[in-house]
Amino acid sequence: MKKILAFCILSAFISACGGKSSTTDQPASSEETTEKTAEGNPSYDPNRGTGKFTKVDINPTLDATMAENGSKIFAVKCGSCHKLTEEKLVGPGWKGVTSRHSAEWIMNFITNTDEMLNKDPKAQAQLEICLVRMPNQNLSDDDARALYEYMRKNDGVK
Amino acid sequence: MKKLTNLLLIISIITVTFLSACKPKNLNNAVSGDAAAKAYVAPGKYDEYYNFVSGGFSGQMSVYGLPSGRLLRVIPVFSVDPEKGYGYSEETKPMLNTSHGIVPWDDLHHPELSQTNGEIDGRWIFGNANNTPRVARIDLKTFRTSEIIELPNSAGNHSSPFITENTEYVIAGTRFSVPGDDENGDVPISTYKKNFKGYISFISVGKEDGKMDIAFQLQCPGINFDLSHAGKGKSHGWFFFSCYNTEQANTLLEVNASQRDKDFIMAVNWKKAEEYLKAGKGRKQAVKYAHNYYNETTHTAVSEIRNEVTILDTKELKDICYFIPCPKSPHGCDVDPTGEYIVGSGKLAALIPVFSFDKIQKAIADKAYEGEYDGIPVIKYDAALYGEVKKPGLGPLHTEFDGKGNAYTSFFVSSEVVKWNIKDLKVLDRVPTFYSVGHLCIPGGDSRKPSPKYLIAYNKITKDRYLPTGPELAQSAQLYDISGDKMQLILDFPTIGEPHYAQAVAADVIKNNSVKFFKIDENANKYVSKGEGTTKVVREGNKVHIYMTAIRSHFSPDNIEGVRLGDEVYFHVTNLEQDWDVPHGFAVKGAVNAELLIMPGETQTLKWTPDRVGMFPMYCTDFCSALHQEMQGYLRVSPAGSNVPLTFSTGTNMPKEEAATK
Repeated sequence: MKKILAFCILSAFISACGGKSSTTDQPASSEETTEKTAEGNPSYDPNRGTGKFTKVDINPTLDATMAENGSKIFAVKCGSCHKLTEEKLVGPGWKGVTSRHSAEWIMNFITNTDEMLNKDPKAQAQLEICLVRMPNQNLSDDDARALYEYMRKNDGVK
Repeated sequence: MKKLTNLLLIISIITVTFLSACKPKNLNNAVSGDAAAKAYVAPGKYDEYYNFVSGGFSGQMSVYGLPSGRLLRVIPVFSVDPEKGYGYSEETKPMLNTSHGIVPWDDLHHPELSQTNGEIDGRWIFGNANNTPRVARIDLKTFRTSEIIELPNSAGNHSSPFITENTEYVIAGTRFSVPGDDENGDVPISTYKKNFKGYISFISVGKEDGKMDIAFQLQCPGINFDLSHAGKGKSHGWFFFSCYNTEQANTLLEVNASQRDKDFIMAVNWKKAEEYLKAGKGRKQAVKYAHNYYNETTHTAVSEIRNEVTILDTKELKDICYFIPCPKSPHGCDVDPTGEYIVGSGKLAALIPVFSFDKIQKAIADKAYEGEYDGIPVIKYDAALYGEVKKPGLGPLHTEFDGKGNAYTSFFVSSEVVKWNIKDLKVLDRVPTFYSVGHLCIPGGDSRKPSPKYLIAYNKITKDRYLPTGPELAQSAQLYDISGDKMQLILDFPTIGEPHYAQAVAADVIKNNSVKFFKIDENANKYVSKGEGTTKVVREGNKVHIYMTAIRSHFSPDNIEGVRLGDEVYFHVTNLEQDWDVPHGFAVKGAVNAELLIMPGETQTLKWTPDRVGMFPMYCTDFCSALHQEMQGYLRVSPAGSNVPLTFSTGTNMPKEEAATK
């Protein structure tokens, strides 16, 4: 009975004052979201990362048109900091990236950069090497897919 | 069971206690309580209102949050702003072009937010240039000046830029009457009465794109036009102007323009003017004025000189203008939210006349005139008057409305704000200001739908209010809570330049439309570099064009050689970032103009003429990342006629011995 009473008082407290914290429509700070799904949370899949891409279908053969499109996006939004070789410039070189990470992880990282840098262990490890947070370049879903295809081409997929 | 009932009773008592404990304090507590709490906005929280405040002689417009009074942004409008490169970059220079050439400064008095159906729609805000007559339109998606139009036949553009209730027109009435631009202005000043005319511009505003164009100008008697406001609701189609110097004095106006007991409010039937315009009654006049437009796709302003304006002569074309006598050099001319009451405020008066739109209409129908002034009928004072507010204070200036039947008038001479009821003209409350208040602002206070939670008073004198800062002191804004019966001062904060009029609107109307960055794919600047692969340096005679990119944290190229003394160098810097709040700055040693501040996805150009042979560093001025201090480069300047080849690179220009080992 005591337990029920305590619970009821607690609920009363929450319902009485609960409105306050939800009156703002400002984005929640990143710290808050980190706590919920940080490393160690069993629901977190480090191979997939966090973001909207859960399952990307990849053909064994290259989609040349898509890769061509990806190369154009690379020139505008990526090439300032990434080389196509293994050499690190500002960020890591792209050679071999498709064997180091899954398609989902890469596409989540390049579209959901800030959250990935805040909570994904592999992204954080990379940040420790490069020390420059990758800018969010506001890529569309199609842009991200095209870039992934261009990475595959760079890694020798025909 | 009884036990359970008791328990439930206890719980409900506890719940009720908690609920009431967390409820906002009731009104009495709030009024007598801590004013600081009312103006407090916690760190990280947004303000409830945007407040757009004129910068006066700074030429700019500032944006504050209310109720905190936090300065959010200064928007450069009529004055150059080296901090933002405004007026210095090749792309923004044309914004300040006029028929007189580039004018780097002006005096902005009145902001006015665009409206739809008499309510603030949050799309644009207009501002007036008082000195070299112009009107600017600022886009509230970017909080940047989009367009500036110059006004011919005008001098001292003061009764501006007030708008009609669907933003059909922005109005600009001349303060100084002058000879028309197509007439010989080389006449004795003392021929004022014969040669000087007052012109009022009706600037049309594009429904979708907001683009401004002078639809027509009204030629009026040579007097001073001071302030104005549009009719609304029932009086939509009319515009009201305060006029002074009906004595037509041309010297020592302080004395000579204060002779007559009454000057005028001028009522303008602009629908009638439109009819005359449509019927071809306008006269085409050869003039010269600039129209400047900033294109957010090319990120470039274009200035064009226009050569014609259509004049409607209000002396010949009857039924456009009517004068209404108004005591003692009226200043403010304010229309209440219903559109029925027009409040004139005589600077030297000890009463406030309130005119009735219905009575004005009846007076015109009955021809209840006391005579004519320079061909314009003068309505009998009593035939237009609704009533007078007796002994409200000294020197009434401006009136705002709360939409609940009350008006708030500022009194310059007696330094106070007075709240009065429009219907019975009784004074309800008065509060002091510190000191010498000019304009007032209630969010939406000159629209059909005020949001009467706060009133802000803009003061001309601060004297002992802040720590002394030498002879020049900041002017101030004072925030009053007007949600109760009594006005309560809750905050005062310094302002930039001199605040004149201001506008305020609920944050929700604007904040979600804010542009966060420009899409690089859509950048159509002639000198854009879409990616480092496209950066280059091109020589065209003695002009050197550097196509450069900026991204955290390097420029490309960052080593440039082969520039020679006598060259004109153009740095075309594209910011490749595609995220919010990541501008890059660009500065080069010895630049005699300013820096560039380049928004994500934008291209801006700095012209630089080296004045000596040597090594010139350049760097990013806006802290962008952990390695911001590494974001730098060099430009080598060789003597004229040097044969150093033109080269440029990023990351590859190594010493010979190192390059060999790589």
